[in-house]
Formats: sequence, C-alpha cells, structure tokens
Amino acid sequence: MSTSEQPVALAPAEALPGERRDWIPLALVPAIALAALPFIPSLPTWVTLTVAGLAMGMMIFMMAAGLTLVFGLMDVMNFAHGVFISVGAYAATSVLLAMKASMQAASLGANLSAIVPAVLAAMALAGLLGWFFERVVIRPVYGDHLRQILVTMGGLIVVEQLIHVVWGPDIIPLPRPATITGSFIVADAAIERYRVLAVLVGLAVFAAMWLILNRTRLGLLIRAGVENSEMVESLGYRIRRLFVGVFVAGSALAGLGGVMWALYQESVNAQIGMQMMVVLFIVLIIGGLGSVGGCFVGALLVGLVANYTGYLAPKLALGSNILLMVLVLLWRPRGLFPVGKA
Amino acid sequence: MLRTLLSGDFPRSRALALVLIAILAGLALAPFVFPGTRSLDVAAKVAVFVLLVASYDLLLGYTGIVSFAHTMFFGIGGYGVGIAMAKLGAGWGSLALGIALALALSALLAFAIGLLSLRVRAIFFAMITLAVASFFQILASQLSWLTGGEDGLTYRLPELLLPATKLMDAPLLGVEVNGRLASYYLVFLAALAFFLVLLRMVNSPFGRVLLSIRENEFRSEALGYRTVTYRTVANCLGALGATLAGVLYAIWLRYTGPDTTLSFNIMIDILLMVVIGGMGTMYGAAIGATIFVIAQNYLQDLMKLASAATQDVPLLPNLLHPDRWLLWLGVLFILCVYYFPYGIVGRLRMRAARN
Repeated sequence: MSTSEQPVALAPAEALPGERRDWIPLALVPAIALAALPFIPSLPTWVTLTVAGLAMGMMIFMMAAGLTLVFGLMDVMNFAHGVFISVGAYAATSVLLAMKASMQAASLGANLSAIVPAVLAAMALAGLLGWFFERVVIRPVYGDHLRQILVTMGGLIVVEQLIHVVWGPDIIPLPRPATITGSFIVADAAIERYRVLAVLVGLAVFAAMWLILNRTRLGLLIRAGVENSEMVESLGYRIRRLFVGVFVAGSALAGLGGVMWALYQESVNAQIGMQMMVVLFIVLIIGGLGSVGGCFVGALLVGLVANYTGYLAPKLALGSNILLMVLVLLWRPRGLFPVGKA
Repeated sequence: MLRTLLSGDFPRSRALALVLIAILAGLALAPFVFPGTRSLDVAAKVAVFVLLVASYDLLLGYTGIVSFAHTMFFGIGGYGVGIAMAKLGAGWGSLALGIALALALSALLAFAIGLLSLRVRAIFFAMITLAVASFFQILASQLSWLTGGEDGLTYRLPELLLPATKLMDAPLLGVEVNGRLASYYLVFLAALAFFLVLLRMVNSPFGRVLLSIRENEFRSEALGYRTVTYRTVANCLGALGATLAGVLYAIWLRYTGPDTTLSFNIMIDILLMVVIGGMGTMYGAAIGATIFVIAQNYLQDLMKLASAATQDVPLLPNLLHPDRWLLWLGVLFILCVYYFPYGIVGRLRMRAARN
C-alpha cells in the first residue's frame, strides 16, 4: 500500500458532529403528565397520582437498568432477572423482621439502623446470586439466544423454588418503618412520604449511573462495549471481566429495587420477580433494548400511565402498559432510543 | 401402513419404541387397566399435554422460535368451548361453533404476532409474546361477564359426553360404559390423530425447511426460502395445535378457568416437558408430557415419604417437601439444556446409533 503524497489534513472539529440528542422521547414524560391533567377532576389528585407514577417508574427503572445494560453489553437477555428482585426483597425482609423494634421506633436514626443493613444485605445477596448466575448458568451459552432463554427460564424456576425452601411459600407482610409511613400535605395534595423517598432514591441511582457511564473511564469502556465489544477487546481490555462487573451491579440494583418494591407493597411473595419481569420487558421494549436512557424514560412512562389509567379506567389499568408499548412501537418500531445492536 | 401413519419417522431406537408403545397402550387401555377417577384424569391430561407439547415442539424444536404465548392459544381453545357451552347451551352445534371461532381467533392472533415480531430476533419475539400472553390473561380475568373472571366457567356438555349418560346396560370388562368413557376416548383419539398430523407436518418438505431455518436462517434465506413466511406459518400451525389441545382439555374437565389454561405456570410446565422429552423430535413431547404429568401427580407422594424419612436433617426435608417437586424438574431442565440438547429421545437414539 503506497502512502499518499500529501498527508491527510486533520478534519476540523465541525466535520465530526456529535450525536444529536433526541429530545422528543424525553419530552414525552411531561407531555403525558400534562395531557392527563384535564381528565382528572382536581389538581391535588393529579399531583398525588403523578408522584405515585414517578415513584413507581423510579422503582421499575432500578430493576430494569441492569437488564438493559447486560443486554446491550453482552447480548444476553436474562429471563431470570426477576429472581434478583425477589431475592433482594426476601433478604431485606429477613433483616427488617429481625430488627422489628428499631423499625417501629419513631426516630429516624433507629429506622435507618434497620433499613441500611437491610438494603445492604439485599444488594449483597442479589449481587452474589448474580455473580453465581453469570458464572454457572449463563456463561456456557453466550451467543446462543435460544438456549439462553431456556437456561435462564430454568434458573428462574429453580431459584423461585429455592426461595420457597428457605423462606416458605406464604406471603410475608412487611410493614414500613415508622418515619416513612403516612403522608404530608402540600397545597391540598396528599403525598405519601414513601413515594417521595422512592423518587429521590431513583433519581440518585440514575444520577450515579449517568455519572459513571459518562464521566469515568469505566463508563467509557462500558459504553464502548455496548457499541462494539470486539473492538474494545482487541484494544486489550478484558470485556469479560467488565461484563461480570456490570452483571453483578445490575443484579444488586435489581435487589435494591426489590426492597423498595416490597416496602411499597408492604408484603413479599416469591412471585414478585416473575410478575415484574413482564413490566420490565415492556419497559425495555419501549425504551429500546440496551439503552439506559430509554429504560429510564420507558420506566417513568409506564409508571405514570399505570397510575393515571388506574384512576380513570381501573379496568384498563393492568393492560395499559401493553397498550402503551404497542403505541410506542407503532411510532418507533425499535423503541424510543434504538441502540445499534438491538 | 405403519410407515404412512408415522410419516416414515420411526423411533429409531428399540428402547424408545418400547417406551412409546407402553405410553400408547397405557393411554388406550387406561380406563380398563387403571380404574378410578384420578388415574383416568391423569391419562386424559397426558393425552392433552402430548398434543400441546408437540405443537410447541413444532415452534421451539423445529423452527427455533421461543414463544411464551402458547398458553394463550391453549386458553383460547378452552374458552372457546367454555363460552359456547355456557352461553349458547350444551349442543353439538354450539360446540362446533365455539371450536371454529377459537381456531379462527388463534390463527388470526398468531398471524398478527408473527408478522409483527418474527422479522426481528428471537429474544424480541419471546419478550413480545410474554407481554401479549399476560395481557390476554388480564383480559380473561377482567371480562368476567364473558369468561367468568377468576372463577372460570363450569358448563354442561352434549348429552353423550356427560358422566351420567349410560351407553351400555352391562359393564364392559368390569368398567361402566358411560359418557365419561366416551369423552375420554374422544380426547385420546383426537389427541392421537392431531399428534400424527403434526408428525406428518414436520416430516414434509415444509418441515425440512423449518429445520433448515432453525439450523441456519441466513443460509435458508439465501437458498430462496422466505423465512418470515415459513416462520409465520409455523407459528400459526403451532397456535392451532395448542387451541385444539385447549378444546380437548375443556371437554374433559367441563371447566375452563385461568388456572387450568392461561396461567404462566402451565407455560413453564410446557417448557419443561418439551426440553426434558427432547426438542425437535415430536416423540419427545409424548415422553416429556407423560413423565411430567405422572411426576406431578405421583412424585409428590414419593417425596412426602422421603421428606418424612429425613425429618431430623436440617433443610433437607424442605428440599424434599412434596410441593418442591418443580425444583428438581427445574434442575433436570437446566442439565438437559446443557448436556442433552435433544432430551431423553436424543439420548436413546444416540445410544441406539452407537450400537
């Protein structure tokens, strides 16, 4: 190959425009909230519903984030992701029920002394299970979608049964700690404290994820891996190790989501995981498989729509997610933020 | 004769042939050999699930599509019969109408789902079908004026199929010949016939194309086959098979409800049966369904004994608790996917081929 006589001039910065931000799907969240306003008789009700929807969305986002990243990074769809949710919820329940006294105390400090260990236990156990899962169940079937789906379904069955073995088959009631029960009233609108907490935690998780993904070297590698994992590997990075890390972190997040969800429902049962799986898939499809931003927007949309329809047309509420998904797919067949591979 | 019946697809293993003959004979003679309501229930359930699992095998084993909507079609069949019987009266005409409408609805839905989502990748299809199936489940529980909601529908069947109907004055070989017997043989013979039809399909040129799509989609497309068309047709045929199984189950139970037809647990059962029996073999469906249904009904008794025997050991009694039988089948399922991709049937055939 002959070198060209003239050295190629470096292209000016303008020649490589950054990817344009796609704002329309982002605007969808406030748009839906505003669109619901005229249908709901009173403003306070609307505020209550919106906060509830956002809280639900944030919790769903926590559970779904790991799933979408794992898919984007390694092309693995884990149908057993729901068990991390259940295991997290159960682990936290064990801790919380053991520390009943500090749960019922009215002081924030005492409550925190029960909640913090519970959340840590949930995340640790879910993360550990995730690590085991990646190691034993998923590793042998990379690149083979059919067997992936089958094997992860098998894992779902086994872990769900193991939960029955360890924690028993009955629904366990789980009262919320004293300081985050009840609601406060802002301009006639009753806002449950727990929902505000859920929104705050969700925002914190999203912010942390955003910072890690966009502002750190690790995040750069993960994003590059989503874009083209072979290239990252050929540059000498161990994409496998990166992937295990993401898998474990995603499982731990699902565990956190499970704790939040269990406290929201004030009970746990082994089916939580499987019930949430359907919602998670809908969120992933709406957001675009593999996209974290899409997952966030999708989760908020699902949360809001579920709460508005629950109020306006209770019969439709359970199916509203799927109608939403169909509408989004008609508009953008690959989801709100399509990712290259999906 | 036998070659035509089996479409030239013989068991190709003596052990497998013996097992299949045993299953067939057991089902054919069930009312006489295993008297009692429970064992007849088990036999009918085996017959229905052989058809249901075989139709799923057409999708999973032969075409390489993972669908989670199979119970939806099973449920459409069940509700087709249930609604027709409960609302239009227990006549043969309304039964036929219910079945025809159920088949039409299933074919239409399968066609729509297939056309919309079979173009894309396997995972996407699996996720979409899961969502659609759960939507259908919600629909069935919400439209309680039509479906009876969570309670389901209980109904009468045409006179001939009712247990109170006596068809012969004297008992035959010690078994009373009544409507129950008639409906058992209706279920058994219909399931057998449809199973043979499915066997015919997978051994036709059409079935060979499905196999080639499973093995290498890109290549089959390059050879000039429209893979999307083939997959969509396979999806519709699988759905029709499941609908017929649902019809038979509804006839046998004289009850249709979400727990017996639409529940996600049944979907998991189907997956277990097809993988343990052997994907892509059709006979695997027969073996898987038989093992599973028998385990479901009798393994628990065995586990109860084991659980009682290990009472003093910690945790072990819980692992062996009769309600945990699914745990062990789940483990078996995972092992099958890793080590025996063609399940029991594949294992037996491999051994026969080696000899």
